[in-house]
Amino acid sequence: MQIIENEKKYDVVIVGSGAGGGMATKILAEAGLSVAVVEAGPFFDPANPAQQTQFKWPYQSPRRGASTPQRHFGEMDMAYGGWELEGEPYNQIGDTQFDWFRSRMLGGRTNHWGRISLRFGPKDFKSKDQDGVGENWPIGYEDVKPYYDKVDKLIGVFGTKENIYNEPDGFFLPPPKPRLHELYYKKGAEKANVKVIPSRLSILTKRINDDRGVCFYCNQCNRSCSVYADFSSGSCLIFPAQKSRGQVDLFVNCMVREVTVNDEGKATGVSYINKEDRQEYRLSGRIVVLAASACSTARILLNSKSKSHPNGLGNSSDLVGKYLHDSTGADRMAFVPEMMNRKIYNEDGVGGMHLYSPWWLDNKNLDFPRGYHIEVWGGLSMPSYGFGFNPNSLNEYLGLKVGGYGNGLRDDVKKFYGATMGMSGRGESIARKENYCEIDPTTVDEFGIPVLRFNYQWSDAERKQAKHMHDTFEEIIHNLGGVALGEKPGADQNYGLHNPGRIIHEVGTTRMGSDPKKSVVNEFEQLHDVDNVFIVDAGPFVSQADKNPTWTIMALSWRTSEFIIEELKKQNI
Amino acid sequence: MNRRESLRSIVLGSMAGTLALESCTGAPEQEVVDKIWKHQYGRTPKEQAIDEKLLAEQYFGSHEMQTITVLAQLILPPTNQGTIEQAEVPAFIEFMAKNFPSLQTQLRGGMMWLDNHCNNHYQTTFVKCSEDEQKQVLDRIAFPDPKAKEQKQEIQFFSLMRNLVVTGYFTSEVGIKELGYLGNQPNVWDGVPDDVLAEHGMEYDPAWVPKFVDQSKRNDTAQWDDQGNLLT
Repeated sequence: MQIIENEKKYDVVIVGSGAGGGMATKILAEAGLSVAVVEAGPFFDPANPAQQTQFKWPYQSPRRGASTPQRHFGEMDMAYGGWELEGEPYNQIGDTQFDWFRSRMLGGRTNHWGRISLRFGPKDFKSKDQDGVGENWPIGYEDVKPYYDKVDKLIGVFGTKENIYNEPDGFFLPPPKPRLHELYYKKGAEKANVKVIPSRLSILTKRINDDRGVCFYCNQCNRSCSVYADFSSGSCLIFPAQKSRGQVDLFVNCMVREVTVNDEGKATGVSYINKEDRQEYRLSGRIVVLAASACSTARILLNSKSKSHPNGLGNSSDLVGKYLHDSTGADRMAFVPEMMNRKIYNEDGVGGMHLYSPWWLDNKNLDFPRGYHIEVWGGLSMPSYGFGFNPNSLNEYLGLKVGGYGNGLRDDVKKFYGATMGMSGRGESIARKENYCEIDPTTVDEFGIPVLRFNYQWSDAERKQAKHMHDTFEEIIHNLGGVALGEKPGADQNYGLHNPGRIIHEVGTTRMGSDPKKSVVNEFEQLHDVDNVFIVDAGPFVSQADKNPTWTIMALSWRTSEFIIEELKKQNI
Repeated sequence: MNRRESLRSIVLGSMAGTLALESCTGAPEQEVVDKIWKHQYGRTPKEQAIDEKLLAEQYFGSHEMQTITVLAQLILPPTNQGTIEQAEVPAFIEFMAKNFPSLQTQLRGGMMWLDNHCNNHYQTTFVKCSEDEQKQVLDRIAFPDPKAKEQKQEIQFFSLMRNLVVTGYFTSEVGIKELGYLGNQPNVWDGVPDDVLAEHGMEYDPAWVPKFVDQSKRNDTAQWDDQGNLLT
């Protein structure tokens, strides 16, 4: 099969169109550069009626919103993908159970994410200084702060000024008022001395420009907003970039195989397989920016073997794929009898929690390093497949009969509607070299590209954190007058700690550092080995705090993009 | 981005030109739209093809469909708020059995158990039993013991059927109306209604109230001072 050359030469080829790739596209295109964005999934615009799921009812689908192999979070969720992708397997080493969520579409996982937009704090960049484990970032909060500020203003994020040292304030839009279950949470949490503040989500509670609408509180940010009132990379970064003075060409349904290099070992572009005609193409660029997601980027680098880079591109340190780490996670659900037989009103709110608890403790009194935040969920939500399963199992707590049939079931469903809520702990794990992804030489995907296999084990640091989460949840649930549902998970169940990967914050595979022997990219996310290749997804994360990675991905991508522009001006690359 | 620009972007990925576009839809756009079953929710062409395939198949036979309908009517008898027929519950269960093949044996086998049991006790099939007899059967299988480690097959079967009936009903148009859910439409959220707050002994922290969004100003473009204080 012949490889087909694209004639056009680009200044920059960007692989991936999620948060990192989208931001690089915007900044580099606005600087007047010609940019090719290569995305493995189809074009997606949340405003396109043919693709829109926002405002659809469950009965508009024959399966009423149930999960499908094409959309694991439910068929209305705006992620084309899930834990498994047909024709694109990944494997595990030993008894590893790493779950890898991939979304194949323009904008990637930003189309459905929780929009929790937290800055890393000063301590988060230098965690090793606090507890001696893991590694410090080569940069600090002061390096990233100006970019966080710019991201806040460009994208929009609501929140409140709280003056908490490690939870830096930003340029916030005003937050929405809490819902009823969130007020219950606040009552229970504060009694347990757990701090509660308005959440920080990238949803426009107020207008920020004329290109994007204002939130109309449908609680469906996971379906990607048709008026662009939530942050999705396509609607907020890629489309504006296409309108800017640069030139942006989108290559969708194009699966990148490798970064191509010349005899001197410098990158010349990428090769990709077009999924429509299954032909292989080459695309050339002066600079290659990888933003395929931490693991996919590692895979591309490791598959980019050449005479000058026999161990894979940028992998002279042998660290590409290493230090993979995901957030810790554990959840608990509660039944709140006082919320039975509620008065019904439209409680949709924004797509996500209105209140949350940032990490509130000092680790010197604890038996684990690092912390977690608590997210809260519940409310009078739209029914979907699964609603009404075990319709009156909560009768058990009221001394009433469980099961049965007849119109009493209708009353039970209404009685318990909105009477349950829950909380999720999302915490910081320690990045370890022993947790990694690598190329599996035994397997290729349907495009003939070798796939990844994972090796990942939690340690006691994460297990003890999960145990602490459950202890806290039970205390809060008790304080708010609720009943914790299900059994408290014990040591045999890792204290309810989710499989690694499950929180979808996988980061760290191309770690940042100043020593080329101990890291893959420098502080500007530039490969130590190849000066015209940059990585702007979460691969460069040295640690990930208990903060969702997206805001930091975008701040760093912006910073790196400015560096690229400066280096091009100086003709350094 | 308008639709034409979107299409241009799709085509760019392929040197094969418009072929790519056509392979996605396979027919002129209007024709595709007309062909789509009444269910439309932003499916990809692949998802649509899967749905159409499942919808074109029939898993349960007519006696089984009748049994499902009778069971569903016993689980949620008709009221003036809605019926399981209005909620299209039997068709939903037929679809889910094809959608989740792991449900098939339990549903089909459970219905066989039901007929066998009725034949032994009432010398006829479940659907032909009197309502009293049907209820006698359900009384044996409709009450799982929450403390039990395992439930008998027929109890599991009924629990599954009840789950499908109740979720099918309350995800339907009449069911959602009966439940009273008021969202899934543009709204301006300005907090829990006062009477609800009072009923639950809650209030908005007075120190917090000025921090929340002033909905009368939500369309004023945000501006901040250098310290991040919102000016608008």
